[in-house]
Amino acid sequence: MTALLTTRGLSRRFGGLRAVDDVEFALETGEIRAVIGPNGAGKTTFVSLVCGRYAPDAGTITFSGEDITAMPAHMRVRRGIAYTFQITSVFANLSAYDNVALPVQRTLTDGRSRGAVRHGAMEALERVGLSNRANEQAGTLAYGHQRLLEVAMGLALKPRLLILDEPTQGLSDGEIENFVALVREIAKDATVLLIEHNMQVVMELAQRITVFNAGKILAEGAPAEIRGNAAVQDAYLGTTPEAQA
Amino acid sequence: MNWEGPTAKVYALHVAVVALLVGLNFALPEYHHGVLARVLVLAVFAMGYNVLFGYAGLLSLGHAMFFAAGLYGAGLPLYHLGWGVPAAFGAGIAAGFVASLIIGLLALRTSGVAFMIVTMMFAQVFYLTTLYFGEWTRGDEGLVLQQQARQVTLGAQTLDLTSPATRYLLAVALFAIVLLASVALVRSRHGRVLVAIRENEERTRMLGYDTFANKLAAVVTSGVICAAAGAAYALLFGYVGSTFASVQYSILPLLWVLLGGAATTLGPLIGTLFMYYVIDIASGYTSAYMLVVGAVLILLVLFFRKGVLGTVRERWVGWLP
Amino acid sequence: MAFFPHLLLATLEGLVTSAVLALTALGLSLVFGVMRIVNVAHGEFFMLGAVLAWAITITLTGHPALGFAVALVLSPLIVGGIAWIAERLVLRRLEYNPEATIVATIGLLYIIQQLALTFYGPEARPVAPPFSYRIQLPWFGYSGYKLSIIAASALLLLATWFVLTRTRIGLVMRATQYDRETALAFGIPVGRVYGAVFALGAMLAAVAAVLIVPIQQAHYLMGLDPLLLSFIVVIIGGLGSLRGTVVAALLIGVSDGIISVFFSPTLAKIIATLVVALVLVFRPQGLFGTATK
Repeated sequence: MTALLTTRGLSRRFGGLRAVDDVEFALETGEIRAVIGPNGAGKTTFVSLVCGRYAPDAGTITFSGEDITAMPAHMRVRRGIAYTFQITSVFANLSAYDNVALPVQRTLTDGRSRGAVRHGAMEALERVGLSNRANEQAGTLAYGHQRLLEVAMGLALKPRLLILDEPTQGLSDGEIENFVALVREIAKDATVLLIEHNMQVVMELAQRITVFNAGKILAEGAPAEIRGNAAVQDAYLGTTPEAQA
Repeated sequence: MNWEGPTAKVYALHVAVVALLVGLNFALPEYHHGVLARVLVLAVFAMGYNVLFGYAGLLSLGHAMFFAAGLYGAGLPLYHLGWGVPAAFGAGIAAGFVASLIIGLLALRTSGVAFMIVTMMFAQVFYLTTLYFGEWTRGDEGLVLQQQARQVTLGAQTLDLTSPATRYLLAVALFAIVLLASVALVRSRHGRVLVAIRENEERTRMLGYDTFANKLAAVVTSGVICAAAGAAYALLFGYVGSTFASVQYSILPLLWVLLGGAATTLGPLIGTLFMYYVIDIASGYTSAYMLVVGAVLILLVLFFRKGVLGTVRERWVGWLP
Repeated sequence: MAFFPHLLLATLEGLVTSAVLALTALGLSLVFGVMRIVNVAHGEFFMLGAVLAWAITITLTGHPALGFAVALVLSPLIVGGIAWIAERLVLRRLEYNPEATIVATIGLLYIIQQLALTFYGPEARPVAPPFSYRIQLPWFGYSGYKLSIIAASALLLLATWFVLTRTRIGLVMRATQYDRETALAFGIPVGRVYGAVFALGAMLAAVAAVLIVPIQQAHYLMGLDPLLLSFIVVIIGGLGSLRGTVVAALLIGVSDGIISVFFSPTLAKIIATLVVALVLVFRPQGLFGTATK
């Protein structure tokens, strides 16, 4: 297998804080990878560097064999990196339909055709089960539905790498169950990088887990290895016992 | 807002508005005939402003520069070089294109309040420049374009831009072109992206859109429309002066658009028409027109943020573009 | 006159401009720093200060110094009161939304300008200086009053600095500036602080106008230049920085004085405005400031 995404010596500081510190990371095509770690460990900063929301101070990022370190964010999205935001940021004043039509019309080579946009947008809404709410204003949807809409926007980009930043935060148990099934479905044609606090979701979905602490990778391995890793338990699981559930 | 909405209804409404304006040519008394011609040209200015402010969400305080670029771009070659009307009109639009491209490339490096101040300062530089080159522009006093220079010969026909009916119908024609173009724009892919940028620029970028390029396109579209209005103003009303480059003419389109309804296609016309007559009527009683402008601005942002058509769309007619 | 005395004269004139500009710009900077809003009507508070000074000195008979002293106290107080009312009636209701505030203060600008035109008229009127002592230099005589403007401005700037850094009021203001939410949580009446800051900003502009009006005349359109120059100073000096404001005011005032002596004033304004706009585009944190959040 070839690596879809690799980072070498990736670093980013905010003032005196080393938010991401010399990170070496590799992600294989087709896997579901979970990134865990205590709050402030640098997980969101790390994926923000990958998708181009921030520029790194040092290091390189390679996506599908191409050096994308200096590439602007929108070009990375076009290469196939999609990011769904931790804090829901759907376009609240636009309809759910328009929210997904925006990514759909960009991926179409023939975006002028209204039929094609309509087809693609409805398909994306159907995959997350929101097609019956296409004309509702996104801001008036229930919170769980907004999270799903956010995922639908990511899906509509037809990504090769989908980065999900704490997607289950604030969802009910039933919604989480549906969500896990959805991610499995997505993973059939995309690589998934999942930042997640809910350990049950992580253990159920991830093929490998990367643990961040203080801006560095503390450990990496299969779920069982991570569960048995003493350093991880100390740094993360040990301090938040409820997360072990 | 739904872009796949009732296309036929939308175009029928706008064509009806244009038809009504054409019909008024034969019905209006002389005074209002002249006023409406002027209002239509200024409404084109407001529509240009609306593209950037209403749809892309960029509040510029320097649009007088684009209007004046069209005004001088058309007026100076006609006055000094004896260019014909069509060439002068084209020169006005070209001047607006160049000005808005340069300003866009510079000012879009900033955002929010800094964008407002930077655009205001560049416009101030332009205004002062028109004063500095008073030898050619005659500054505040301005240039009067002579009647014989404002004729267009089409084969055997001669269009006299100083005749009221010709002037009115040309103003309607320009207005109609820009109106229908802006309807098409806001219903296009690009229009949807501009609204997305207004709502959340960071999110739009993360959907793979080059937001800078889209905003630059909006600045240039807006600048060219405003310049077309300025060029038409010079040619139809025969006057080119620095006043039109002053900060007041950057504030007025903002006022008109806010009043009529930002991000509505017909709002700029309603706002311009209403404000023009309010000031016209108020000046019959008092010379304190600035008081009216100031009070309306404050009342609008306090109590009526969506403007006339914005409110109508929200409450009653959801399909209005 | 030879070159050196010419330059000295230009520098002195520039220093007077700087002194007045520093006070005016400090008012704008304070409002921007604490409330995060741009007050476009700031120049009109300046104009109002000058017009009120004329009205007060014309009403009070007797020695010009008496009328001037009263104006120096009363005019800023009235202007501050008007600003406070505008803040409570309008800006507070807009919840200090930056763009809505700019539109509203543009409205305020027009209203104040129109009221001045209606009640004061279109004429430019002088105010008698409180004293007219001339200091004789080897090359030319120079107005003692102008030099006293520099001294007065320096005193006022020091006083403002003292209030901002050494008193409880200043602490409360800085806390509000640093973090509005936390300040609220600590029981700081943020609304009242905002009202006071807005009034204080206007008063600084008014006091600057009273100082300058004996040499510049009061006119209802006199507010635009101080507004633009204050913008320039605040941008170059870095927003919300007192030291940066003073340094930038000196830089702008003196260079404006010197440029105006040797070039046409319009060209000087064109160059200055263009340079500052480009500074804002390429170095938004100002030449001396550090990036604000």
